[in-house]
Amino acid sequence: MAVVTYREALNQALREEMERDPNVFIVGEEVGYYQGAYKVTQGLLDQFGEWRVRDTPIAEEVIAGIGIGAALVGLRPIAEMMTFNFSLLALDQIVNNAAKIRYMSGGQFKVPVVFRGPGGAAHQLGAQHSQSLESYYAYVPGLKVVLPATPKDAKGLLKSAIRDDDPVVFIESEVLYGTRGEVPEGEYTIPLGQAEVKRPGKDVTLIAHSKTVLLALQVAESLAAEGIEAEVVDPRTLRPLDSDLLLESVRKTHRCVIVEEGWPFCGIGAQIATTLYSEAFDTLDAPIERVTSADVPMPYAKPLEAAVVPDTKRVRAAIDKVLYRQ
Amino acid sequence: MLRPVAKGVKAMEKATLLSLYRTMRLIRRFEERIVELINRNEIPGVTHEYVGEEAVATGVCSVLRPDDVITSTHRGHGHILAKGGQPRRMIAELMGRESGYNRGRGGSMHIADLSLGIYGANGIVGAGAPIACGAAFAAKLNGKDRVAVAFFGDGATNQGVVHEAMNLAAIWSLPVIFVCENNGYAISASIKEMATIERLSDRARGYGMPGEWVDGMDVLAVRGAAEKAVAHARRGEGPTFLECRTYRFVGHFTAERALNIRYRGDEEIAEWRKRDPVETFPAWLEREGIATAAETEGVRREVEGALEDAIAFARASPFPQGEEALDGMYATSYPNLPARGV
Repeated sequence: MAVVTYREALNQALREEMERDPNVFIVGEEVGYYQGAYKVTQGLLDQFGEWRVRDTPIAEEVIAGIGIGAALVGLRPIAEMMTFNFSLLALDQIVNNAAKIRYMSGGQFKVPVVFRGPGGAAHQLGAQHSQSLESYYAYVPGLKVVLPATPKDAKGLLKSAIRDDDPVVFIESEVLYGTRGEVPEGEYTIPLGQAEVKRPGKDVTLIAHSKTVLLALQVAESLAAEGIEAEVVDPRTLRPLDSDLLLESVRKTHRCVIVEEGWPFCGIGAQIATTLYSEAFDTLDAPIERVTSADVPMPYAKPLEAAVVPDTKRVRAAIDKVLYRQ
Repeated sequence: MLRPVAKGVKAMEKATLLSLYRTMRLIRRFEERIVELINRNEIPGVTHEYVGEEAVATGVCSVLRPDDVITSTHRGHGHILAKGGQPRRMIAELMGRESGYNRGRGGSMHIADLSLGIYGANGIVGAGAPIACGAAFAAKLNGKDRVAVAFFGDGATNQGVVHEAMNLAAIWSLPVIFVCENNGYAISASIKEMATIERLSDRARGYGMPGEWVDGMDVLAVRGAAEKAVAHARRGEGPTFLECRTYRFVGHFTAERALNIRYRGDEEIAEWRKRDPVETFPAWLEREGIATAAETEGVRREVEGALEDAIAFARASPFPQGEEALDGMYATSYPNLPARGV
């Protein structure tokens, strides 16, 4: 297997899908000439031309609308949000049209559009550029919400998202773009709606998505030295959520910590916890713990930002609590 | 008053002229019958009637092909009928029946017919404009000469997304016709207070696209302007902003009268009613000797029959079953998950 970056893996997925299907095209800010604000679309303009890799004005709502309108005709648009913070300007199109047109029309339309781009905090970008908005989108019936944590998942899931006949919100991560990992040679896809055990264990389940998977794996590694085997489970798709695999893990370990970079109130972790409580209450040996960002806009200064986002210390503390190790 | 007979109008086939009348009459009577059904509680809630604006949808859609796309608005019944929507399936949808266009999942503000290029009425003001751009972009990408028409009202011209869509359509030369139905009021807000310019189509210049203003009470004027805009778009020359000055004779929505809020004078309404296209157009056809009184009466009878049939069809249609509410949200289903996804 080749080792590539998360960015390269996404680029491969885009390139391969555009080669495979002439109906696939990309619209967004700086996707063409500038090769993508984060270089995910590197080289695609040269290969596919200016109509299939289309630079737009700074106008997120119409970028989303172009994707939806073209999808209704039968194309497979990829609408890039330079970062998902800016997708808030496109919320009406994504929530009121993309998510609902199929259902509202009695099934007449398919809406095979992908909204993709990075989300979450990077390094000291401040409150408007550091948001984890996946819970917003996971809230909406009709959308699918995917957040890959590794290069392998990024490629396989993006290919599936592009081929999917439903609207997919595909949230990458600025911090993960440069991370490396093994990616299978040749053609492969990873189905949407399937969680994966990223590290097997028997003592406690850590549920994490996107870059908090890396955090969970790091903590699990350090706990192994202390004789505690943490199982790290990555839902990968938040909607539809593969609750079967999460439940299977929790029924095995009887303890669970949910780690996410979003805010605590109404966050996706609350939804996961309620699913686990209602289905597996009797098997739990401790209340589920959640580790989230603090309930504030992201501050700028380094020590403040570090205090707000989940870190190894807080994940460990949560694990200690569910293991009654204090 | 109706303008003098334009050159070439008489040469237009009589069948076409009568069909324009039929469409306008159908829209008018459709809306009137819907209000009756609402008052009898056969249709729930409210709808937004297109009464007074019939010449706009009729004129524009009369020059469209079946594969051309339209996006519509909350006041959408007229657009859908003019694009070929079947009254049977529309009334069934309004009654929430399984045989409705959207199988009872949509209602008045969401009627769509993929096969007729009707990409949905839309409950969000201005939201259809970017979707029309997307359909037009798809046509351009696939080398098709299909065009897309975005209908919207004067109120929508102040929505951000409409500006985004117009600018995008202009810079990419998309085959879109932005049809602004300026009826003077966004609910109660007079456009005179919401925009400083008299003609909204003047904004077209700011986007670098042609802007046309027509009398939206004159179906032939609308048709002529739409013909020009559609030909322009089909030739690959880009979008047009077509403002049709019109008027709604009734309230913003069905139950408005009960609110007893008056934002328009009786005189103003009466003045506009004098120019009612559903009355003046057949009178003109008769006066000019294009059609006989018996022929226009024939159109009216035929429309009544079609609506009677549509109402009977809808009434006889079953409701969807409650347990189906979770079905059909996603195109893909998952073996271990219910259809609704969580």
